[in-house]
Amino acid sequence: MPLIVGMSVLLGCQFLGEILVHGLQLPVPGPVVGMVVLLVGLMINGRVPTGLRTSGEGLLRYLTLLFVPAGVGIMVHFDLIKADFWPITVTLVVSTALTLAVTAKVMSWLTRSIPKDPRDEWREERS
Amino acid sequence: MSMPVPVLDQLWVYLSASPLLHLLVTFLAFMGASYINRLLGGTPFLHPVVLTIVLIIAFLTLTDTDYATYFEGAQFIHFLLGPATVALAIPLYDYRERVRRLLVPILLSCVAGIVTAVTSAVGVAMLMGASRETVLTLAPKSVTSPIAMGIAEKLGGIPSLAAGLVLITGSIGCALGPVIFRLVRVRDPSVQGFTMGVAAHGFGTAYSFSSIGAVAGAFAGLAMGLTGLLTAFILPPLVHLFGL
Repeated sequence: MPLIVGMSVLLGCQFLGEILVHGLQLPVPGPVVGMVVLLVGLMINGRVPTGLRTSGEGLLRYLTLLFVPAGVGIMVHFDLIKADFWPITVTLVVSTALTLAVTAKVMSWLTRSIPKDPRDEWREERS
Repeated sequence: MSMPVPVLDQLWVYLSASPLLHLLVTFLAFMGASYINRLLGGTPFLHPVVLTIVLIIAFLTLTDTDYATYFEGAQFIHFLLGPATVALAIPLYDYRERVRRLLVPILLSCVAGIVTAVTSAVGVAMLMGASRETVLTLAPKSVTSPIAMGIAEKLGGIPSLAAGLVLITGSIGCALGPVIFRLVRVRDPSVQGFTMGVAAHGFGTAYSFSSIGAVAGAFAGLAMGLTGLLTAFILPPLVHLFGL
């Protein structure tokens, strides 16, 4: 039963997210708003129920698999990509590399003076 | 000897029309890809997701199956992406103290990442002589696909191609991430995860969970949501600066 409860909580939050997105004409997908809804719920509740943790972490463990069906969709766009192949390829590689480097550098520079919480290490070990 | 061929043929017609076949193909390809990746010592250049996608596309091309037919089976896996995105709130809640402590750096580096992603994509594409439509389609490449499609449409790009480019960006991000982190000497898992989420959306998030750890995954999920949200507002005026 806990798994069913956990899954229902996740689907319920996604449902609320979809309603909010359509009702308020938000420019973001329903599940992203659902994530915010669940986060607020957890903060109010003060802890993560066991069933929710089991089903949620189960899904997250296989997150990569869940992207496969959408990823295969790239085959539909082969012709469009072929038409502008080099500009697209060079742009994606250069821009992604730059974005990774700049974001990582800026964030580690901005966090250099913030002391590390010693409990972080322990939490990482545990996870 | 002519008997088994029509029988097999009928069986194939029956199986390829049912969602069962392509659901199974997706699982088998994923297991095969994970196995191959492990044989190769877990190289980031052949990430299991990318390899799985390549294997499935090869299978579909060989069997002359179109994407719509494949998706009828694969949609059951695809559907779980929604609740999985919601579930990102759990690691985020677990690491809420660290997120609160890093709130200002998080917001600032997210904006820095978005500005870099958009200006470099538009700039390089224009230098390479891409068509205006392609440039506008490339602009939202670092954002999770549903948001990217909306942005591309609003700007005058091609939404379906935008979704495809987002996926390629995700794969490139997973391959380049470890190399770039070594180059710029960044080791902190929360910074690595956050960066993967900004540059490579859901792919980067999944990669962070599977290859860096739970903290990285939590920060990547946060970055993915935040980047999507902020890009929707920052990108249109930024693209105007290029006279597009």
